[in-house]
Amino acid sequence: MALLDVENLDVSLSTAMGPARAVRGLNISLEKGETLGIVGESGCGKSMTALALMGLLPDNGTTEGTISLQGEDLLLKSEKEMCKIRGNRMAMIFQEPMTSLNPVHTVGRQIMEPLRLHRGLSKSEAFKETIGLMERVGIPNPSERVHNYPHQLSGGQRQRVMIALALSCSPDILIADEPTTALDVTIQDQILELIQNLVDEEGMALILISHDLGVIAENTEKVAVMYGGAVVESGPTDQIFGNLAHPYTQGLFAAMPKLGMGRNGRLTTIPGTVPDLINLPAGCTFTDRCPLATDECGTTAPSISTVEAGHKVTCHHIDQAINGRGEGLYK
Amino acid sequence: MSVFFAKRFMTLLATLLGASIVIFIVMEILPGDPALVILGVEATDEAIALLTTELGLDRPALERYFDWIFGILQGDLGNSYAYKVPVWELVEGALKITVPLAILSMILSVALALVVGLYAAANHNKASDISLMGISQLGISIPNFWLAVLLILYFAVNLRWFPAGGFPGWDEGFWVCIKALILPAVALATVQGAILARITRSSVLEVFREDFVRTARAKGLSQRSTLWLHVLRNSMIPVITVMGLQFANLLAGTVIVENVFHMPGLGSTVLKAINNRDTIVVENVVLMLAAMVVVTNFIVDILYAVIDPRLKAHDI
Repeated sequence: MALLDVENLDVSLSTAMGPARAVRGLNISLEKGETLGIVGESGCGKSMTALALMGLLPDNGTTEGTISLQGEDLLLKSEKEMCKIRGNRMAMIFQEPMTSLNPVHTVGRQIMEPLRLHRGLSKSEAFKETIGLMERVGIPNPSERVHNYPHQLSGGQRQRVMIALALSCSPDILIADEPTTALDVTIQDQILELIQNLVDEEGMALILISHDLGVIAENTEKVAVMYGGAVVESGPTDQIFGNLAHPYTQGLFAAMPKLGMGRNGRLTTIPGTVPDLINLPAGCTFTDRCPLATDECGTTAPSISTVEAGHKVTCHHIDQAINGRGEGLYK
Repeated sequence: MSVFFAKRFMTLLATLLGASIVIFIVMEILPGDPALVILGVEATDEAIALLTTELGLDRPALERYFDWIFGILQGDLGNSYAYKVPVWELVEGALKITVPLAILSMILSVALALVVGLYAAANHNKASDISLMGISQLGISIPNFWLAVLLILYFAVNLRWFPAGGFPGWDEGFWVCIKALILPAVALATVQGAILARITRSSVLEVFREDFVRTARAKGLSQRSTLWLHVLRNSMIPVITVMGLQFANLLAGTVIVENVFHMPGLGSTVLKAINNRDTIVVENVVLMLAAMVVVTNFIVDILYAVIDPRLKAHDI
């Protein structure tokens, strides 16, 4: 039995304009200690997936499908049962360390909270454990820092506090939603390395959400590329990066700035914008922006085809996409 | 921390000094000669001149200002022109009604506001929230003097639970006095509490949308624990700001309700003094009100810093 098995997950958000289908037919599975990257543009459903896994969707969100954690379907759990799972068996790190910590409580108090809640530690035990955790995530001088408020720490240190917080109850799964996006480039690597080391040490499974292909390539074993609320390409990380198949994945890759392209070199872009989740097109959601799109793409949703073992792509023109890769689909 | 307090305290003193100057100048400019008002329109010029000298009003303004200020510093507020008794004697009784009334109204208002505001926010958009906010809208719209009359009719005349008006004085016992203050306090607190409840609700709802609330939920805290442990304190800044303003308003703006209940509070005292051109009483009472408002703001500032450590940091 997989640690986490998500089948046919649908997330929709009711809005004044009608339901927005933020996530459609998502299937992911994660073994103990495995790392999965979810990559895609803003608004592709990455964060909604993470929130749905945690059971923390906004009030207007509804879910369908199954999310089973060690065989227990989380979508059938009561709110009370979910409270025992959140922060304990599943923990999450958020994008904005600046706003994700409570400004009026010391960081120590905030790390102590899950320790006391889930592990039933006394105040003094939790305090000791907190200092240990802060040391582990690389916060210098933890016995003093523990009394600091978030505004007294740098962005990188705050994210370390968030990591200590998420780590506190040794969860089975750690979900990191763009954990480095808000940080300086120099700090980003340190934080990713820290997460990677802790995941290895603890044997946690990691779901790393990012829009940055480089981050995903370096830190995960499996990848799911999301577009318009659905996974368009998934598989083992090296296979995907060695054999980019879906036109969207190729576009994302081409859009990454590369060293040595010269100051006058133009960045490649994918034309157009992400689809409106309220009025999704009937066929492939990428049709409007795809260089290979045909009439068929606009009307029929593509089925899943397997490129190699485990490497799955949803595209009508998969062969053409792979063949065209050499010259580049995007000019 | 001490720098923060020291700064705030200096501001407090400067504000009071400024207020005393403004009050004095306004009373100087105000038409109406105290001696003329006391003696009446048929008094002879000599009599008026004599009384003016006797009251010390012929001295230069600057001299009278400093006399007043140094008097206050030594605990002497001067003598009333109209009644020839020390100002403190006139004001003392009024203070003993107005201040407890303001405090009692504030307690009722805050209790009402927190209970209603938090309950409504916790049940956002549910029937209980919508009906509570509807009722609070009604509470805001009711004029307090009219509510005061209704309260008298029902609780004092029909049920006879409370006196219909008047104030026995604190010598008659604590509970008797509190009983006399309840109805006016309810009349005043209803409007203030309704406003404060709406502010509490919207502030709590706003904080609920913050990222750190999501973090708290991701830790495994229930919605309710999140409200108490993380949201409440963060949402109190606007609530306390309005509380401060309301308290100031209660000290000076209760004349109408005091009149309905026949209570000679500070408002009625100052109104009478203005009619008598008893400028020294007016000056002292207005300065006293200013002092209470400034002190309230000082306390609000300190509460800000207690609630949000960031504010302290910015100030130092």
